[in-house]
Amino acid sequence: MTISTKTSNYTHPSGAGGLSTEKVIIAEQLTKKFGNFTAVDNISFEVERGEIFGFLGANGAGKTTAMRMLCGLSIPTSGKGTVAGFDIGVQTELVKKNIGYMSQKFSLYDDLKVWENIELFGGIYGMKDKEIKEKTDELMHILNFENERNKLVGSLPLGFKQKLAFSVSIFHNPQVVFLDEPTGGVDPITRRRFWELIYDATSRGITIFVTTHYMDEAEYCDRVSIMVDGRIEALDSPKNLKKQFEAKNMDDVFQQLARKAKRVDS
Amino acid sequence: MNKPNKDIAIHCDSVSKNYKKVEALKNICFDVKRGEIFGLIGPDGAGKTTLFRILTTLILPDRGMASVDSFDVVKDYKEIRKCVGYMPGRFSLYQDLTVEENLNFFATVFGTTVVENYELIKDIYQQIEPFKTRRAGKLSGGMKQKLALSCALIHKPSVLFLDEPTTGVDPVSRKEFWGMLQKLKTKGITILVSTPYMDEAVLCDRIALIQNGQFLKIDTPKSIVTQYQNKLWAVESDKMHKLLIDLRGNEMTRNCFAFGDKIHISSPLNPTKGDLKTFDKNKIEEIILNNGHKNVIISEIEPSIEDCFMQLSQK
Repeated sequence: MTISTKTSNYTHPSGAGGLSTEKVIIAEQLTKKFGNFTAVDNISFEVERGEIFGFLGANGAGKTTAMRMLCGLSIPTSGKGTVAGFDIGVQTELVKKNIGYMSQKFSLYDDLKVWENIELFGGIYGMKDKEIKEKTDELMHILNFENERNKLVGSLPLGFKQKLAFSVSIFHNPQVVFLDEPTGGVDPITRRRFWELIYDATSRGITIFVTTHYMDEAEYCDRVSIMVDGRIEALDSPKNLKKQFEAKNMDDVFQQLARKAKRVDS
Repeated sequence: MNKPNKDIAIHCDSVSKNYKKVEALKNICFDVKRGEIFGLIGPDGAGKTTLFRILTTLILPDRGMASVDSFDVVKDYKEIRKCVGYMPGRFSLYQDLTVEENLNFFATVFGTTVVENYELIKDIYQQIEPFKTRRAGKLSGGMKQKLALSCALIHKPSVLFLDEPTTGVDPVSRKEFWGMLQKLKTKGITILVSTPYMDEAVLCDRIALIQNGQFLKIDTPKSIVTQYQNKLWAVESDKMHKLLIDLRGNEMTRNCFAFGDKIHISSPLNPTKGDLKTFDKNKIEEIILNNGHKNVIISEIEPSIEDCFMQLSQK
């Protein structure tokens, strides 16, 4: 369910740009070449505010490269795009400020305490000390984490860490959060609880851009794109994709598309 | 001491391991039969890697005993190292050697040659052979995985240990990888493989579900499914997220989780009541419809391994 009509009470830190657009991500013919290798080949799509957008593809299909461009970490070779209203080719610093990011591989510092991690990331995103303190109290309460506040993140169970990592990634109230395989390796219940957190965030108007290798999770997205050899080969709601490919589930859809890949990697 | 049993490739008896206060493994007992694909299924931190490291003689158990090919993991560690292949979860080949050099290196270390055992790795290695002069560090994830498997096999091990070979790998490559394992099985190699992906469980002959250092269950995937103790229902409607919240709020359907495009509700069996099945379904349907859902479908279903894992881990 897309909550595109919801008005966000988000105020922009820079006071400019990132205006009232309901398209939080716009990619137009986005292309990235490394030498004569085209990693991302002319992809176009839009993501609406409050939407959960699943970004799927086989290893080597170009997902990471595309995601790096959308996060302002890599400049497109051609094509253009905006994220949170900022140009990903020019306003990369503003893009970074207005997004959140979390991956299974890197999220928090194990050798810092829970509150220290929050303060660090809040500070990096330019939040004021007072605001960080208030929001930390609030977050500890919501997560029922009051007893963990002074513990080292490394000592927390994986499920806790993940919950915290996600909360930290949206702590500065970004318009959109990029989740790169956020649920790798966790147990089935924790994995599902994590998706319930994602739903919660969208109900507050945060847009979710997520990659995953779990095809059941593709079903939880409002819309899903599937990349093959640098191009977006399919983009629709899971329901429509299943209809279009006469598939019984998203794994079927994925297998049909990704098997067409010609790049050596897949 | 028991007599060596040729039909048992791996034997584990009451193995425990602590890291300071953390009990990584608690009293692990199991056997892997010769020629079996045995899966260790569980999340990160369950103890899978610790068990692998004990069985491949890289660390010592605190208590209990284990053997591989009837060799004791403590006394006969040198023998075990000769006869097993080990693919750790983290890529651990030499990044600055080429594909070919890595393979030659491992063959030489084990006193053999690539030519001698080429037949065994042929299917896998051929896929990366066009890149044999490329440095291992420059390979893509899928190619690294194939090279690591080739290197683990090059001395023709009797037992192959694969620690999360498919983690972070896309569904197509995962399927392909399991195809390779099935082929290795036909060549008589015993395989102990770990994975966090529950859907891979059905590809194993037998599995152990592991969490918090303990086995929740050891059996064939089929038998684990038939032992599922609750009734399982799949529900769908036009508003799936709201449906989850609505179902959570009801005592009858509190134990529910999203499963792809459906929600699975696990409800305890109550043999003292007559037609519980019909009773439940109608009542649940009524509650859902009263909450404004449309296109409601409720059906009783067979559990998957993931459903079983969730039930066992909640006990």
